[in-house]
Amino acid sequence: MNNLKKDTFTQVKSFQEKLLGLKKSLLWWVTAELTERCNFNCRHCYINRPAGDQLARQQELKTEEWKEFLQEAASLGCLTVRFTGGEPLLREDFEEIYQFTRRLGMRVSLSTNASLITSPLAALFKKIPPLEEIEITIYGLSERTYEEVTRVVGSYQAMQAGLAYLRENKIRFSLRGIVLPATLPELDRFKKWAQEMDASGAPPALVFSLDLRARRDSEQRNQEIARLRLPPEKYVQLIAQERELYNQTMKEFVHRFLGPRGTKLFTCGAGQGIAALDSYGQLQPCLLLRHPRLVYPWRQERNLKKAMMDFFPSLREMEAENDEYLKKCARCFISGLCEQCPARSWMESGTLDTPIDYYCQVAHAQARQLGLLSPGEKGWQVKDWSRRLKKVENLLTSGVK
Amino acid sequence: MKVDLSKKYIPSPDIVVRHIEGETIIIPITAGIGDLEDALFTLNPTGLAVWEKLDGQNSVADIIEALLKEYTASPGQIERDVLGLLEELYQKKLIVEVD
Repeated sequence: MNNLKKDTFTQVKSFQEKLLGLKKSLLWWVTAELTERCNFNCRHCYINRPAGDQLARQQELKTEEWKEFLQEAASLGCLTVRFTGGEPLLREDFEEIYQFTRRLGMRVSLSTNASLITSPLAALFKKIPPLEEIEITIYGLSERTYEEVTRVVGSYQAMQAGLAYLRENKIRFSLRGIVLPATLPELDRFKKWAQEMDASGAPPALVFSLDLRARRDSEQRNQEIARLRLPPEKYVQLIAQERELYNQTMKEFVHRFLGPRGTKLFTCGAGQGIAALDSYGQLQPCLLLRHPRLVYPWRQERNLKKAMMDFFPSLREMEAENDEYLKKCARCFISGLCEQCPARSWMESGTLDTPIDYYCQVAHAQARQLGLLSPGEKGWQVKDWSRRLKKVENLLTSGVK
Repeated sequence: MKVDLSKKYIPSPDIVVRHIEGETIIIPITAGIGDLEDALFTLNPTGLAVWEKLDGQNSVADIIEALLKEYTASPGQIERDVLGLLEELYQKKLIVEVD
């Protein structure tokens, strides 16, 4: 006979709380890149293919394959699925896949441009809530700017209509803005507008970092993207604009993430409890990393558990081999400020361990701004980095910076 | 509304029950289930023992009788606790009455 323990018959938790408890588990978050196709044609995009690309469409995973993958993810304990693209709402079976996911007991995070949100879709989100804010990327505040970026006439009105359907149905969403030469003059007004649009009054997320083409499919497109990147000093000036918030964030960041990264290729959480399935059935350790040797052929193997237990952990043992990387990045104490990673190295140079000049410049500009480096100093040359980190941490704590 | 000893209840069709890392979790699917949008509900082993008997065949009285054979608590305490749990679940619309 057992004792009756009534005090904790039931307990109410938020998904967020539960997720925190799961972060050491085999799989707690998956990204499903439903399609690389998009109804917009943004110059800066790292992945988009034309909406009418029939070859891409034919090669995409079928509805039943997505269901099988999602079922497997749920069986491993996954709580959150992020649908992204391309534009995920281009998939005609989106509603079916969405409902299937929610009925498996997983919450949904949706990244979209909002232009394909219809009244019935908003009504579905009202009836079966995604449980996470819909993340909407905005490409400009005015119609002119917006369509200069998307290169699709009518896209601005379509986005506005989508937002209106969400607001009518009281669906929670968050906005994020892309910082480009075209959107820069509108940035302050955009922040104000986005904050008014957000029911919680939260400021919008801003994307400053532009990745090159993830499929390494066009040198011309890469050159275009590189031209759209902000100069490093401007980049740093903008991210540090909200001084108090920036100092608060950086205090924690300096304490937790700065210091030499060493020779291991992976210093992030790629493949540890998270995974991303691309449109064609290749399982990636993160959404960005598409190096052919580092993806798991889920469509052929149909074994997510094996990928999480064997394949991804084996990747995490990989060591950098590039001499320049070993001399610089591996020893650089400000590498936590640098966006260089195996995925971006692959996009930029076709290898996993090549230093990326642009991100190196941004990291050094930020380190100078924080007082971690003097002009001309390099992060891999500094011997007393530990003392410098402590000093800056103290300054940020006392609010001097 | 009070849960009735003579009535039978089943889990709502608008929820999903998942077992993750040894924990039983009730996840609302449709809006209006539970109190909060971003909430899930966990059951302890005793709560789970009650939950598993909500098959539409057992009345609440049958569930209490079955628990009397499994647990050492007094009949009065078991009845109070089971009714308390079922009322909480019913108010949150996590269970529904069957005809």
